[in-house]
Amino acid sequence: MLDDFMVRAALAGVGMMLAAGPLGCFVVWRRMAYFGDATAHAAVLGVALALAFDVSVFWGVLATALLMAATVTSLSGGGFAADTLLGVAAHSALALGLVAVSLLAGARVDLMGYLFGDILSVTTGDLALIWAGGAVVAGLMAWRWQRLLTATLDGDLAHASGVDPKRERLILTLALALVVAAAIKVVGALLIGAMLLIPPATARAFARTPEAMALGAGAFGAAAVVAGLAGSYWRDAPAGPSIVVAAAAGFVLAALWTALRKD
Amino acid sequence: MTAAELARRQTVVELVPSGTSPLLEARGLGVDRGGRAVLHDVDFALRPGEIVTVVGPNGSGKTTFLRALIGALRPTRGAALRRPGVVIGYVPQKLAIDRSLPLTAARFLALPDRRPKAAILAALARVGVEDLAGRQLADLSGGQAQRVLLARALLAEPDVLVLDEPTQGLDQPAEAAFYRLIEEVRRDLGCAVLMVGHDLHVVMGAADRVICLNGHICCEGTPTVVTAAPEYRALFGYGSMGALALYRHEHDHSHDHHPGEGHGHSHSHSQAGPDAKV
Repeated sequence: MLDDFMVRAALAGVGMMLAAGPLGCFVVWRRMAYFGDATAHAAVLGVALALAFDVSVFWGVLATALLMAATVTSLSGGGFAADTLLGVAAHSALALGLVAVSLLAGARVDLMGYLFGDILSVTTGDLALIWAGGAVVAGLMAWRWQRLLTATLDGDLAHASGVDPKRERLILTLALALVVAAAIKVVGALLIGAMLLIPPATARAFARTPEAMALGAGAFGAAAVVAGLAGSYWRDAPAGPSIVVAAAAGFVLAALWTALRKD
Repeated sequence: MTAAELARRQTVVELVPSGTSPLLEARGLGVDRGGRAVLHDVDFALRPGEIVTVVGPNGSGKTTFLRALIGALRPTRGAALRRPGVVIGYVPQKLAIDRSLPLTAARFLALPDRRPKAAILAALARVGVEDLAGRQLADLSGGQAQRVLLARALLAEPDVLVLDEPTQGLDQPAEAAFYRLIEEVRRDLGCAVLMVGHDLHVVMGAADRVICLNGHICCEGTPTVVTAAPEYRALFGYGSMGALALYRHEHDHSHDHHPGEGHGHSHSHSQAGPDAKV
């Protein structure tokens, strides 16, 4: 069964959403969308560095994503609003990555594959990496769930209950870098942000508890992967963008359902 | 001070032998922000069972003081100490819940420690909002949200309840009802209470001790003593004397004054001079 490239693609996408669903909920709740983008865009730079120094792309991407997250965190609180700073970081990282790829790796690299994903070429090895990364992140989130939620609600409230919000933020940052590194092959650096945002936003319409929203986000994301892949197979459209289009269609339907229910 | 108040104070003193370590303590506490000292040289100890109210004008460092004591803020100078094992029930000014986060009141009470359903419902019932258990936190009115926050703080069976202007944005009847509730709860639990307030007559009436803060502790003592202190009058003017008189008339029916009693903390106060509204 794993011989079929479509089956491997679907398994890769579902494995990614296992972690990206719950993590994406925190990205939405904490208004970290730009932070997710900055981390993901830094991945392109990671690809260039990995190829230049001849290490695996996974570790290169993980290292630059972590470095980016640490830089942005340490710079925040200066003279600029957080979204300005993150916007500067996100765009600069992407541009720097593109320049670095062309200078360091030259024609050896399929740039489009890293920007928009290359899910149809996922190997069994990639699959193992994606599921291992997804399982680590999902386990981390489950372990810290109560503390992560408390820190997200209110920093002072967390301190008074003996939860250090800085440590919880660090854990989310680490989880984000891991998801980016594992998922770059699936949807690419430009569209990882979409899969962190759209499934949780869709699940919000139906959820009454944070747990329901996290599980719903994972389920919607997985459904979008399967639907997107089917659509891409049927119409011969690019797979990564098709997955995001499917997710966006789900979001629109959920928004319509919410609007109709209110009337 | 009435005989009843005096009796209560003596009971508290008996409960707290001089050797008992404070629940929360500040020693030479100072906090700078943007190169300016928001707080300096604050010495403070909260003993088990006492109610302490912090008053002061806007920007006087009241919230900074509370945040340093609960460990949310690292002091620039000195130390903020917590007796080991002390459980703090914290009620923030208000909770800015993002609408993207679905959270019922009952689920909120189970953070960060999971609690049995029955205990959660009992805590909500204790503050009179058991019917809100299944409601979304973001949909609650200001008064309802404050009660849910208080219920969460009570659930941990705190040694000390810390409240930061808990009635901001409430109308006066709701505010008075909320303070009555805090007094009731404190009687039941026997916990200490440390709160910041802005409405002086309501806040100070319930206190064993009032601390008047303006960057440092200007004066402290019983409500009667503090309102008579020149440092307090320099900060708040005479208008608030009327408010306290109103409080005492409503709740106390005593107009005896014992100036200077239990105070023992007077110093010249250069800061108050030019700002004085008197």
